[in-house]
Amino acid sequence: MNLNIRLKAALLGLSAGLLLGAPAQAQTVQINGAGATFPFPIYSKWFDEYHKQHPNIEINYASIGSGGGIRQLTNETVFFGASDGPMTNEQLASAPGAVLHFPTVLGGVVPSYNIPGVTANLKFTGAVLAEIYLGKITKWNDPGIAKLNPGVKLPATDIAVVHRSDGSGTTYIWVDYLSKIYPEFKQKVGVATSVNWPAGVGGKGNEGVAGLVKQTPGAIGYVELIYAIQNDISFGDVQNHDGKFVRASLESVTEAAAGATTAMPPDFRVSITNAPGANAYPISSFTWMLFFQNPQDKARAKIMADFFKWALRDGQKYCSELGYAPLPKEVVALELKALEKIKL
Amino acid sequence: MPKSPALRRKGEDLGFRTGTGFFAALVVLLVAGIAFVLWRESRLSIAKSGFNFWRTKTWDPVSGEFGALPFIWGTLYSSFLALLISTPVALGIAIFLSELSPRFLRTPLAFLTELLAAIPSIVYGLWGVFVLVPLVRKLEVLTPAWARSLPLFSGPPLGVGMLSAALILAVMIIPFTSSVAREVLKAVPATQREAAYALGATRWEAIQVALRYGRTGVIGAVILGLGRAIGETMAVTMVIGNSPQVVWSLFAPQYTMAAVVANEFTEAADDLYLSALIEIGLVLFVITLFINALSRFLIWSVNREVKAQAPKAAAVPAPAPEVA
Repeated sequence: MNLNIRLKAALLGLSAGLLLGAPAQAQTVQINGAGATFPFPIYSKWFDEYHKQHPNIEINYASIGSGGGIRQLTNETVFFGASDGPMTNEQLASAPGAVLHFPTVLGGVVPSYNIPGVTANLKFTGAVLAEIYLGKITKWNDPGIAKLNPGVKLPATDIAVVHRSDGSGTTYIWVDYLSKIYPEFKQKVGVATSVNWPAGVGGKGNEGVAGLVKQTPGAIGYVELIYAIQNDISFGDVQNHDGKFVRASLESVTEAAAGATTAMPPDFRVSITNAPGANAYPISSFTWMLFFQNPQDKARAKIMADFFKWALRDGQKYCSELGYAPLPKEVVALELKALEKIKL
Repeated sequence: MPKSPALRRKGEDLGFRTGTGFFAALVVLLVAGIAFVLWRESRLSIAKSGFNFWRTKTWDPVSGEFGALPFIWGTLYSSFLALLISTPVALGIAIFLSELSPRFLRTPLAFLTELLAAIPSIVYGLWGVFVLVPLVRKLEVLTPAWARSLPLFSGPPLGVGMLSAALILAVMIIPFTSSVAREVLKAVPATQREAAYALGATRWEAIQVALRYGRTGVIGAVILGLGRAIGETMAVTMVIGNSPQVVWSLFAPQYTMAAVVANEFTEAADDLYLSALIEIGLVLFVITLFINALSRFLIWSVNREVKAQAPKAAAVPAPAPEVA
């Protein structure tokens, strides 16, 4: 409430300034950020809408990838960063000041496949997916898959494993999930935006993976949920923490974030793959914006904090039209509180 | 007072010389600058991996193990295969256009081949993904089992892989090789061919004479194509399968240096990883330099051979007047 009043006061002040002031006083403030490509459509929508409401504020965002966003923030060439994977402890230590993580929206990753003669929705467990991606399960009629899908006639086709060739937050979420479920996967492959795959071919981008899966009989690949929804790509259900097979949707992804709220660390650097909750989709993740805790440019920091509050409250309504899963209320409340940590 | 024409010319020439000299020096500075920055930014990786970077096969960003061998192999293998496919085709086009083609076909055909060079590589990549890769997959499925047991054709029929990459590279470098080779053949003096015909040569033999005369240029044309193949990134990464391994199989997915840099650069957050990717750039730079030097040497040695033969050939008729 208090914040709202302040926001309105700021708005009033701004409009007063616009009305009274000479053009020189109504100077536009530019804030630059860079980072992840996955949330780019919603971020640009937010910055655009916010600019419409506050014509003197221009937030620019370069979607150069999470790694680039972290690097540019660390080098202080941008005011804020954005990343699909949280910064590691070493990365935080090498930054010139304390960096805070704030979840903005959610994404999910789905297994998509192309098996000649099979039209049914397949069910997968994390263990089966891990074994496929480790190259241990090599045929579609493997008992491990057949057991999960009674009634589906699976052919003895070879499985062609497809993964992302470019470094990507999508890969990060996928391997993070498989590593959590299957210790051998963690030990052999590990968690990062690019990994050393024991099997399969690499496609560039979601479109590259989806294209390869579509063309190759017997292929399996992983793509972003948004991409699958927008392009009508069919995908399988995955067993969640509570043992239920869940179909990925914006709701079941948000559900995963809600399930992880109770165990939320204060810095929000949390993986919500395999989150508890009856309807939680297990291969889900936050994407984060990164701010310095003690920014030097206080004027810009204040503007950015105001914007972020708007994004958490009003901005979330743009999520579903763009295919993102919105943050659950609980997380929004935690974040609004955490925003006070930024020294303005 | 107006300057004398001679003085004016001198001043102008000096300015011209300095100006062009400056631009030439700029190129040298640029190359040196690129090499320096590549070296400086990859120091971390060089210090960590040393020479192992060139000869180990594991590329694991998670554990920080970086070996570039599969990428070096993929780049050299795909470029070599592309040359193998494109050189005969490109030379065939060049010969047909310069020697055999009816006049009315010459301009449109030359235009079309050169148009191939103007297509952006991403378009080649898309064509590769949607047209070439399915065709290659069909070919792989049709490959008989006995052939599939050979190391050259082993592996599941994925479509993406070394063969697709080599084919797409070949298509991409054909216009470069063929248009340079055509210019070279055009520049061969008519007297060469006339002399061959006068000795009763067939058309094929006369063309061989022309090719022999212009061989340094023809080699240059092939090397130009090689340079393009080594550096090509986008189209290759879309069809090669991006799997770092060192195998002979044409059907296996592999990886190239340019492709791994393009794929992984944006998301490389930690310092060693980034440094290793830049070192890949350095390795690519060194290999390109080496291949260019090698081609210079090849041209030089061919020229020397020609020069060495020339006096001998001249020496034979030389004593004749004395006898007469």
